Amino acid sequence: MESIEGLALGFGHALTLQNLGWALLGCFLGTAIGVLPGIGPALTIALLLPITFSVSATGAFILFCGVFYGAMYGGSTTSILLNTPGESGSIITALEGAKMAKHGRAGPALATAAIGSFVAGTVGTLGIAFIGPLIVDLALQLGPAEYFALMVLCFVTVSAVLGGSALRGLTSLGLGLLLGLVGIDLQTGQPRLTFGVPELLDGVNVVLVAVALFAVGETLHLAWRHMEGKAEVRQVGSIMMSRSDVKRSFWPWIRGAGLGFPFGVLPAGGTEMPTMLSYYAEKKLASPEARKEFGTTGAIEGVAGPEAANNAAAAGILVPMLTLGLPTSATAAIMLSAFQSYGIQPGPLLFTTQAELVWTLIASLFIANVMLVVLNLPLVGLWARILKIPQPQLYAGILVFATIGTYGISNSVIDLVLLYVIGIIAMFMRRFDFPVAPVVIGMILGPMAEQAMRQALTISQGDWSTFVTRPASAVILALAVVALAGPRLYGAWVRRVAG
Amino acid sequence: MASRPDRADLGAALFVLGLGGLAVWQTIAIPASPIYAQVGPKLVPWLVAGFLLALGGALTAAALRGGWSHDLPEVAEAAPANWRALGLLLAGLAANLVLIVPFGFTIAATAQFVLVAAAFGSRAHLRNLGIAFAVSLGAYTLFVQLLGVNIGAGLVEGLLFGSPE
Repeated sequence: MESIEGLALGFGHALTLQNLGWALLGCFLGTAIGVLPGIGPALTIALLLPITFSVSATGAFILFCGVFYGAMYGGSTTSILLNTPGESGSIITALEGAKMAKHGRAGPALATAAIGSFVAGTVGTLGIAFIGPLIVDLALQLGPAEYFALMVLCFVTVSAVLGGSALRGLTSLGLGLLLGLVGIDLQTGQPRLTFGVPELLDGVNVVLVAVALFAVGETLHLAWRHMEGKAEVRQVGSIMMSRSDVKRSFWPWIRGAGLGFPFGVLPAGGTEMPTMLSYYAEKKLASPEARKEFGTTGAIEGVAGPEAANNAAAAGILVPMLTLGLPTSATAAIMLSAFQSYGIQPGPLLFTTQAELVWTLIASLFIANVMLVVLNLPLVGLWARILKIPQPQLYAGILVFATIGTYGISNSVIDLVLLYVIGIIAMFMRRFDFPVAPVVIGMILGPMAEQAMRQALTISQGDWSTFVTRPASAVILALAVVALAGPRLYGAWVRRVAG
Repeated sequence: MASRPDRADLGAALFVLGLGGLAVWQTIAIPASPIYAQVGPKLVPWLVAGFLLALGGALTAAALRGGWSHDLPEVAEAAPANWRALGLLLAGLAANLVLIVPFGFTIAATAQFVLVAAAFGSRAHLRNLGIAFAVSLGAYTLFVQLLGVNIGAGLVEGLLFGSPE
């Protein structure tokens, strides 16, 4: 039982005072930024990347994962109390949660969200610990050709399957790939897409792009459409759940967790789909009286299920990141770049070469979950107060940190210009509904995919058919084609049958 | 079905075509590799350039057929453009850009903070100035003294912590 031994090793390291401190700091910070509208885990981890110069890899990743999990907990608070979801995963929570808050039941809604997140986070983390090693065993059989195929599948699902339109998602991906190309070619040393600017020889910094997309672009878009007026923060009240609340929440927690985790593990990633499915499932399965509360006074099942699905999917996203080195969300992509800045090659070998780091990280995820429930239930009043930071000062503060994150890279004004240019592009991307996550994923995964492709072609002596004659690679590429063309063909078929 | 071309969407589509063009231009400019490689440094840039041009073409076609953004609930329900807020915010970014080298991080970030807060409708400029100064200096201290990240010393920082050399 590799996993049990691993967990024993991991808990041994994670329970040191220092690592517990990193976990607590991460959870606290993560909840705070999850609560604050306008800052998400991707931006926060990007801004924290400088600590990779002075902190050990284990400490840094415990911190990052604490932020990642914490943001999922905090996001529900904003959805319920303010009715403005902080991130895509908590949009569904806002549906019923905000209605419950409006009818004076914010406390139980927050409690069921926090406990559901705990249940799902624990189930998801168990999933990482026990499924992770199995995937690693499979992944060790894969060669560069299969890796390239997997990355193509990842590109397709992240940009074309999720979101509003395949065309716009792929365009975002293209922008990310283009940004990833800037700099010196690793294999031949040729400068590429640098426009002759020496500062660009090292490539475009990931932190800069993340800050531009998530902080500058977002703030610009908000200002562009700004209306005076204040959002109303609902009162929390008592967070005690009644007996019937617990009874009604229990199965939605379990079902949500079971639904969310596989979605997170698949390269289809994303938290929108499982939360939505969980919502509809709970609405269908609810008792007749409870169903009346959906859309009127707010049904607790509609908060418990999607919140659990959201957290389980978030945990699932860590599986392809840790076992294959494949990021399927913007946050995972930025964590992956942190591995690179430690000189650690993410991929299946991580579980053997960095066993201590991986298992300590997984153990810390369990610990973080416990910490988060404690931080979120009794301290919910504190988080509700954070929501009262007025918008002008909040966004002004976010941009101060954006400057730090960017100017701190190399004290170059060119970086700031680039930050603002990409920020303005991101503002228009918001306006025209181009998703931003594929930009980050394309930028980080693009160079890795190119590397894998060139290795595969070197092995096959330039024979392109290697990608389709190797069975595993052919199957994965076929899946990518299905993921890209499938929904369209299905739509056309439905229209033909209907018409 | 609207079939009139959507000019805003057409602009976005042409921008993507422009990006593709930029990629083509820069790919041609990549010098030939002196090292033998099965796949040279130019192949993937060509693929990405082609990908962007194809997507730009498809988006242009979509825009000419009536566009996509007027169907989006977010765009349809969006508030009217607030040019004053956007202008003040851009002024804040520009102020940061111009001030950071001569005067250092704290002063530049303070100026930016006050302008951004004003963009979002805050009128308490003096109070914002105080908050801005405290936040910027606090963040500077945190990053420079604790994390060792240099973020541009200047007037204020020199007075407080001595010159960086």
